[in-house]
Amino acid sequence: MTDQAYNYAYLDEQTKRMLRRSILKAVAIPGFQIPFASREMPMPYGWGTGGMQVTCAVIGKQDTLKVIDQGADDTTNAVSIRKFFQTLAQAKTTEVTSEASIIQTRHRIPESPLQAGQILVYQVPIPEPLRFIEPRETETRLMHALQEYGVMHVKLYEDIARYGHIATAYAYPVKVNAHYIMDPSPIPKFDNPKMHQSPALQLFGAGREKRIYAIPPYTQVSSLDFEDHPFEVQSWDEPCAICGAQDSFLDEVVLDDRGTRQFICSDTDYCRQQQEANRD
Amino acid sequence: MTDQALLQVKQISKLYQPNKGCQNISFDLYPGEVLGIVGESGSGKSTLLRVISGREQPDVGEVLYRDRNQQVHSLFQVSESKRRHLLRSELGVVHQHPLDGLRPRVSAGGNIGERLMAVGSRHYGDIRARASQWLADVEIDIDRIDDTPLTYSGGMQQRLQIARNLVTEPSLIFMDEPTGGLDVSVQAKLLDLMRRLVQELNLAVIIVTHDLGVARLLADRLVVMKNSEIVETGLTDQVLDDPQHAYTQLLVSSVLQQ
Ligand SMILES: Nc1ncnc2c1ncn2[C@@H]1O[C@H](COP(=O)(O)OP(=O)(O)OP(=O)(O)O)[C@@H](O)[C@H]1O
Ligand SMILES: [Mg+2]
Repeated sequence: MTDQAYNYAYLDEQTKRMLRRSILKAVAIPGFQIPFASREMPMPYGWGTGGMQVTCAVIGKQDTLKVIDQGADDTTNAVSIRKFFQTLAQAKTTEVTSEASIIQTRHRIPESPLQAGQILVYQVPIPEPLRFIEPRETETRLMHALQEYGVMHVKLYEDIARYGHIATAYAYPVKVNAHYIMDPSPIPKFDNPKMHQSPALQLFGAGREKRIYAIPPYTQVSSLDFEDHPFEVQSWDEPCAICGAQDSFLDEVVLDDRGTRQFICSDTDYCRQQQEANRD
Repeated sequence: MTDQALLQVKQISKLYQPNKGCQNISFDLYPGEVLGIVGESGSGKSTLLRVISGREQPDVGEVLYRDRNQQVHSLFQVSESKRRHLLRSELGVVHQHPLDGLRPRVSAGGNIGERLMAVGSRHYGDIRARASQWLADVEIDIDRIDDTPLTYSGGMQQRLQIARNLVTEPSLIFMDEPTGGLDVSVQAKLLDLMRRLVQELNLAVIIVTHDLGVARLLADRLVVMKNSEIVETGLTDQVLDDPQHAYTQLLVSSVLQQ
């Protein structure tokens, strides 16, 4: 494939302008879902086409891109998206969170705190937090506009009634800038506090559902809860088996066919940094 | 009863075709009063109820509601936000088919609690306590609080729907044939319950029914509809014992013959 066969960053300039207009609107109304004319990407929906289009629209030759999938830089999906931008946007790439100017992610926010100037691009499967209760788009729009959000608490109520605590662990709904309720994509609720007052710009792209939304830097993001059942993040009884970190999100991995298990950092970059720090 | 009307219906018309729907409807409703709307099938009872409960825009006419702070709102001139807020807090709607007014996959407690959460309650323990209280009030076993309405009998579903509406202590609820789909014995129990609640809560009710027995038992006043218009109105006993309009006479005698 020659570079000339495609425009810079795959999409044509008109499309990127359209995307940027949607992104600007999204930034102007934190947490509000902006419809956009989602394009066909050279991969199926569900593989991050929304996030990729957002990245296409914001990436430039001076950018350094990091791509993670479930916290890891080395999964098939992360590797192919990274290669895509290496080839079509001549992007520098990195696995180090602090070195990236754009981080495209599926299912995690990096453990290393994000900085001003960085952009975090989320791949979103289902952008509408009210969809579970209301299938009609006209109605959900009205509910957002009028802030009719009682049903979101019904969902949490049901959790407590059934399990004794709020069992929702992923895609835990948040209220952005004290107005719109937003689905943060299927990140673990462990990551929710990282969205609050983040110095980085957070952009969310849903390709199949054709929606873009955003959290501008330093925006209030609060997780829904009850006064007597306050929001809590996951915690583990043991540290990461590899790096010993006690403050990171851990994945349970099966080591052999006898069911031996270990808990290790889901953020591979963070785990490596901790190991290096331990060696020094 | 105070002398200030709770609801004023002024020259309402909503027609789908000539004489199909409701037209030229005016009446006042006072706090704590139960008004029955009776008439044959297709006479426009449900259409009228949808309009006066703020759920369907009339072609002409006005519906004025006096809120708890004695402020009067014209239901079709206030903002949509205000109208929907009133519907969730001070007004209520009980549908004929209970599942139309319930969330089938949400527990009974969640169904009752939703209106509380919608108006800002954020304390799980309080919400649950009030849901339990309301279950008891509508004579549903507390043990069923975490079961979904789909596991309830028709009569229980209807009582749950009533509890879901009453939890925010509305001043007025609208009911469209609330006993319609129920067995006679279940109906009787529900009617007893409704009568008790109306008295205890000083609740105003507008109830659509084509069962004159239900109307007799619950309603203080009746409106008789035919072909989209009111043909007779008056105190329930007067209308049923001494009907003036030929159509009402027919309606009453046809019931007696059954
Ligand atoms: N959405 C609609 N579109 C068109 N016509 C309608 C609509 N709703 C009601 N109608 C017509 O208006 C008339 C009155 O209907 P409505 O449902 O109000 O009667 P009703 O008195 O409640 O009857 P029932 O006792 O059978 O429930 C009927 O002729 C009906 O077909
Ligand atoms: Mg009807």
